Amino acid sequence: MTEMAIEATGLTRSFGDLKAVDSLDLQIPKGCIYGFLGPNGSGKSTSIRLLTGLLNPDSGEINVLGLKLPAQAEALRRRIGYMTQKFSLYGDLTVEENLRFMAKIYGVHGRDEKQRVASLLELYELNDQKRQLADTMSGGQKQRLGLAAATIHEPELLFLDEPTSAVDPENRREFWEKLFDLSDAGTTILVSSHYMDEAERCHGLAILANGKKRADGSPQELMDEMGANVVEIGGSGLRQLKKDLVELPEIISAAQQGIRLRVLVDDGVSEPLAWMQQQSAISSGDFELRVVRPSLEDVFVTSTDEEIL
Amino acid sequence: MNSLLRISAITFKEFRQLSHDGLTFGMVVMIPLIQLLLFGYAINTNVRHIPAGLLDEAQSYASRSISAAVLATQVVEFTAVYDSVQAAEQGITDGDVRAVLVLPRDLDQRMVQSQQAAGGGSSAGDMDPRPLGQWLVDGSDTIVASSIRSLRSMPLTDLARGTALPPAPTFEVVQYFNPEQRTAVNIVPGLLAIILTMTMILFTSTAIVRERERGNLELLITTPVHSLELMLGKIIPYILIGLVQMSIILGLGHLVFRVPINGAISQIVIATLLFIAASLTLGLIISTIAKTQLQAMQMTVFILLPSILLFGFMFPYEGMPELAQWIAEVLPATHFLRIIRGVVLRGASVENVQEDALFLLGFTVIGLLIATLKFRKRLD
Repeated sequence: MTEMAIEATGLTRSFGDLKAVDSLDLQIPKGCIYGFLGPNGSGKSTSIRLLTGLLNPDSGEINVLGLKLPAQAEALRRRIGYMTQKFSLYGDLTVEENLRFMAKIYGVHGRDEKQRVASLLELYELNDQKRQLADTMSGGQKQRLGLAAATIHEPELLFLDEPTSAVDPENRREFWEKLFDLSDAGTTILVSSHYMDEAERCHGLAILANGKKRADGSPQELMDEMGANVVEIGGSGLRQLKKDLVELPEIISAAQQGIRLRVLVDDGVSEPLAWMQQQSAISSGDFELRVVRPSLEDVFVTSTDEEIL
Repeated sequence: MNSLLRISAITFKEFRQLSHDGLTFGMVVMIPLIQLLLFGYAINTNVRHIPAGLLDEAQSYASRSISAAVLATQVVEFTAVYDSVQAAEQGITDGDVRAVLVLPRDLDQRMVQSQQAAGGGSSAGDMDPRPLGQWLVDGSDTIVASSIRSLRSMPLTDLARGTALPPAPTFEVVQYFNPEQRTAVNIVPGLLAIILTMTMILFTSTAIVRERERGNLELLITTPVHSLELMLGKIIPYILIGLVQMSIILGLGHLVFRVPINGAISQIVIATLLFIAASLTLGLIISTIAKTQLQAMQMTVFILLPSILLFGFMFPYEGMPELAQWIAEVLPATHFLRIIRGVVLRGASVENVQEDALFLLGFTVIGLLIATLKFRKRLD
């Protein structure tokens, strides 16, 4: 049996009338990269804050690295690293000063501090910027500095709250390379995102919407067990066709992608292609239809679509 | 061990941030320097050359000698001459003059009467001596008004033409510690208290709030830093800054304004440290209550104004109503002023004024406790 880094059951937390996290159950095995995928306001950040002990839950059990939260939150701090959504190091300190500060805060000092800071500057390609004030750096550099600071004490578990939201695609890819390196070295990583391509890189994934977990599993499992088929339609007059199709109860969603319309059909319909062609909106026009492989975005849309569920 | 390391890390970080922030760093030195020079020269409670008017209805030798004698005191300066009471009152209303000296038509007669009364001779008509003239004063500024009031019984020896000796004063006053009654001797310790209150509370009140606003706090509270370590680490740099400011103020005060330093330096440092610590914890408490830097500034001003007005520098503590005295008793500045006046001017040691010293110590301990408890390492 695999050992769990994070276990949570019935995790609930409200802010006033809003249920930010609603009876969340999680099982995150050690050593994997686990993703929280969800739209803004779906409870990703709140969940992370609950799991790091920054917030107390209204109800529910949390067990992180064998420690019960919130009671043992202080003991946990040394063993986890946390990178906030917003850059939260000191903008008025230089890169090196920031890292040395964080090292001392985590009890890394003297020769260890020097070596660790030097190796992180090297690893995250920040040597040229080490005397630069953090505020004056680019988004990608700031985020590399953030990751370096969060891993300065070599934590067993790393929380990353939308780490790449202010970063261009190339830097994002490099960032993920670093995450895989960390994972390879045995670090468990929990990362939240609203980018599909990032979600697809995770070993495991939980899709959140309105504080509830809608689906979880590996990206492949999620796509296989989506509960809908995907039909792509080519032709002209797609905007009108989309309006007609979404009226049908069997259609979960229809979204235009370039010159094609991507339609999710509930898997209660056993022959989606034949069924589609019977619909008057399609049979009346000249359209080209084919069934395609589902993507993670389709999973996301199916599981977060309120009206259908 | 690790705790000390974390405190020193925070302290070192604060210094680094300060050194990157040139303006703030400059203000640390410039505030005491400029303000001491400015106020040391500018503030003077011995009022001189008040613009006054003269309404001389007598137009006699006596009236001219009296106005000359008044002028010689340097308290007033006659800048206008009026010919009626109405014109004089208008002059005061318009703000042309602060006061008007009215010398009545029967001035010479009054003088004779007062000389007879002073000479103890048989009274001419059983009449009490009447005042020679009258001051019409704009009483809205109490310090100006009281300066004029001091002229009420000014002796007119030369007018008496030697017929009467000036009356001997009832009391002789011996003035300890500031025999020349120089205002600077009072101002410098007072300014030390004001400037320290201002910079210490202001710096620390924004300290935690700034980290919260910039998002640093969210990161810090996921680290092993303990609340008390964070508080101490943030306070220590400002203690040193406070000592630098104290050296500037007392050093300049001694060199430029000849303020005597009668107490031992060690005693002055101890007293100042106690006060700095108390002010800093006050700032920290504000810092844990306020949500934004603007709120912190507002709360600082809310505390700063009563501190400046009630701590006994602008207006003597003894003159305040009881309620105000209670408020003043709570302010660290009141106690510091008592200690520092005692130590700097009277050469006392902190032990001699231990009640005030103990208050500051207690204030710091309780304040630090409140700030630590109020600052929870959580976001909710």
